[in-house]
Amino acid sequence: MSMMLPLTLKDVVVRRRGKRLLGPVNLTLRPEGLTMIVGPNGSGKTTLLRVMHGVERLSDGSATWAVAEEEARHRQAYVFQTPIMLRRTVADNLRYPLQLIATPRAEIETSVNHWARRIGLEARMGLQATRLSGGEKQKLALARALIRKPDVLFLDEPCANLDGASTRDIESILQTALTEKTRIIMTTHDLGQARRLAGDALFMLHGVVHERGPASDFFSTPQTAELQAFFRGDIIA
Amino acid sequence: MNDILEGLVSAFWLVVTFDTDLMQISLRSLQVSLSALVIASVIALPLGTFLAIRRFRYRRLTISLLNALMGLPPVVVGLIVYILLSRSGPFGVLGLLFTPTAMIIAQVIIITPLIASITHQAMRELWAEYHDLLISLNTSGWQRIKTLIWDGRRNLLTASLAGFGRAIGEVGAIMIVGGNIDNATRVLTTAIALETGKGDFALALALGFVLIALAIGINISIHWLSRTEREGRW
Ligand SMILES: Nc1ncnc2c1ncn2[C@@H]1O[C@H](COP(=O)(O)OP(=O)(O)O)[C@@H](O)[C@H]1O
Ligand SMILES: [Mg+2]
Repeated sequence: MSMMLPLTLKDVVVRRRGKRLLGPVNLTLRPEGLTMIVGPNGSGKTTLLRVMHGVERLSDGSATWAVAEEEARHRQAYVFQTPIMLRRTVADNLRYPLQLIATPRAEIETSVNHWARRIGLEARMGLQATRLSGGEKQKLALARALIRKPDVLFLDEPCANLDGASTRDIESILQTALTEKTRIIMTTHDLGQARRLAGDALFMLHGVVHERGPASDFFSTPQTAELQAFFRGDIIA
Repeated sequence: MNDILEGLVSAFWLVVTFDTDLMQISLRSLQVSLSALVIASVIALPLGTFLAIRRFRYRRLTISLLNALMGLPPVVVGLIVYILLSRSGPFGVLGLLFTPTAMIIAQVIIITPLIASITHQAMRELWAEYHDLLISLNTSGWQRIKTLIWDGRRNLLTASLAGFGRAIGEVGAIMIVGGNIDNATRVLTTAIALETGKGDFALALALGFVLIALAIGINISIHWLSRTEREGRW
């Protein structure tokens, strides 16, 4: 369990060019497990995730961790919806986050080898990362995010456009991270994946948290008509 | 027509026999333009990178200024440098007019905006690509600059090569500030202008061959660099 949590969002609002993209959101994230964020396109999932990670400017309200902001910044990682590959080799992409924090070289190599094996890219360490397939890039981005052993991991639709095998690999890595007490907050379009992984869940609609609850209740007995409609696959206005 | 054919033949011989005049002029050209390239790169590469990733008060103005400077006719640059370095000018006491140093100064002024502008363009694209990741990884300002320079090194090399290409082929400014003095400030372009005027096509063409070879070499390098860039290989 991490000392960083709970994370508390208080009256958070994000406005861009006069348009309200998010909020007001009031939310406390408990210290353990995996929180799944679902909702239709444009409902504010990505914006909420970025707010939590501290990379989105707030127009109003506050997001606070249980530790000082500087320390919190060091202990979290984020996997973007479109993986960002450094124009370097696979191995150098894995090394990069550790080099930034001046990790001893031997330690870096041990971690890099471990993660290369874990994501099945040990034979392609010297390949330029930009030449990997979509699924491989996503796995590399995930490994690069986990290599610093963050307390909190954010993932924005990590399996969008991936085939079954890659999705399974990624979910298995996430399960392992969970057993090692990494706090995970992620979004997904895949309701099957949401059911498989979620400890608790949030339903975003029009920039606000429309419904939330522990996974057991959230998926079996949705309370609002909108979430019921979302699960049926209806288009929500 | 015969003149030109004869010229071509003797030009060929001048090149393959490493004619002393030809060698000397070519080497001086390289010396002047490479010096200008190094100085301009030292100024322009960090400047272009800085402009791409830092927001500051006069950023837009600086970029406009850079683009305006890029359009300066070399002859006008030559004129300005001439006035500044002439005996009655502010830097007259240095006695630099009609020396290779004056030519280097003029070329630095001509190619620095070009290199900075290409660098800025390339680095802005790379920064847009990397921005979210580098912020998320909690990098310091200095770490960001190092990462961009390292991963954008092919673009930086391309920018420098483009500057070198412009410098080595330039004639207007260096003719004015260098004076095209034999054994002192005569370089490929000014010598070609002179020999053509005299009607000595052999030497002019031989010098032209060398210049063309240099230009082609530079362009092949740029092409190769941007291809390896696209394919993501070094
Ligand atoms: N920088 C921005 N400027 C203006 N609008 C934005 C910006 N980023 C996102 N949006 C808009 O904000 C809304 C929420 O976006 P997002 O959080 O990406 O939703 P989701 O991830 O649920 O699809 C969308 O309508 C999107 O178009
Ligand atoms: Mg999104």
